[in-house]
Parts: sequence; C-alpha cells; structure tokens
Amino acid sequence: MQSFFIAAALVLCLLILLSLYRGVFGPTVFDRIIGAGFIGTKTIILLLLMGFIFNRIDMFIDVALAYSILNFIGTLVVSKYFIRKGVK
Amino acid sequence: MSTLTVIFMVAGLFFFTTATIGFLRFPDFYTRMHATAKGDTLGTLLFLIGLAVYILHHGFHWLDLVQSIKLIFIAVFWFLASPTATHALLRSAFESDLAPWTKDGKAVIEWPPKGGEK
Repeated sequence: MQSFFIAAALVLCLLILLSLYRGVFGPTVFDRIIGAGFIGTKTIILLLLMGFIFNRIDMFIDVALAYSILNFIGTLVVSKYFIRKGVK
Repeated sequence: MSTLTVIFMVAGLFFFTTATIGFLRFPDFYTRMHATAKGDTLGTLLFLIGLAVYILHHGFHWLDLVQSIKLIFIAVFWFLASPTATHALLRSAFESDLAPWTKDGKAVIEWPPKGGEK
C-alpha cells in the first residue's frame, strides 16, 4: 500500500510538471491563473499522500485543508485583479 | 477494503490526467477552463474518498473517523469553491474582452459585447 501511495504521488508530480508548461507559456495571463489553480489542487492531493506515506495523517490533513482554502481565495483575488481591456 | 482504495485512487488519477490533457491541448482559455475545473474537482473527490476508506479499513476507531470526516470536508469545500473560482475567473476574462475561439475565426456571438450590465 505504501508503494502505491508513492507511485500515485509520482504520477501527480508528473502531471504538475505537464501543467506547468501552460503556466509558463500560456498565451494569456488567465491561462497562467488556471495553471496556478490546477497545480494548487494537485498539491492538496500530494500533501495528503505525503501524510499517508509518513503516516502523520492528522497534521497533513489540516495543512491540506488550509491550503485548499488559500488556493480558492488566491484564485478569486487574482482573477479580480486582472480585469482590464484587451488582455494579451 | 484496500482494493477499494486503489480503485478510487486510480479513478482519481484518471480524471486528473484527462484534465491535464484537456488543459494542454484545448485551443482557447474558455475550453481549457472547462476541462480543468471539472476534471480536478471530480479527481479530488475520488482521491479523498479513497484515502478516507483507507483510514477506516484498519479497524474502526474514533480518531480515524474524525480524520476521514475532515478529508470528506476538504472534498465538499472544494466542490463549493471550484465553481465559484471558475466563475470569477471566467467573468474577469470575459470582461477583459478575451474573444472565445471559433473554428473559422468568425465570432459566433456579437463580439465585443456592447456594454452588457456594466
């Protein structure tokens, strides 16, 4: 079971790397915001998997909960900030 | 019980990969947002259910119940938060006159929208 968690965490890291491409080369700034949000979601799952791997579950659940709330608020604030005419 | 965990987590990984593929391959911001927001919300839910099942399968204990409830709370919170964040992002992109993609380049809806409810 332990090795399955590690394998899942590695696949998630690969997915984060893939979605980083759009985060860097995304044509518009909004693609970068999605990239950040998308990586944030996967980081929550990665945090939980690390909790299960190091079997300190209770600590990592709280960290993941706090991070998911911050990720949500961050996306809201950044999307409200980037409203301007003729985005490029 | 642990096979159930594996099934849920593989399903979660599947939805994460499809969301990533959609995020990379779709031509336009709106279509990418479409793929990403739904993909990772469902992926998160499946993953967290798998982990919650894994906690409880060691034998029932009150402490484990609290942890799995917190896990399910993260999934419920993300089910509420993701559509809101997606809506805010789409609204700001729409108001920044980001034209939606069309196959032949001609705008289907009249673009840029005249004023709207500004």
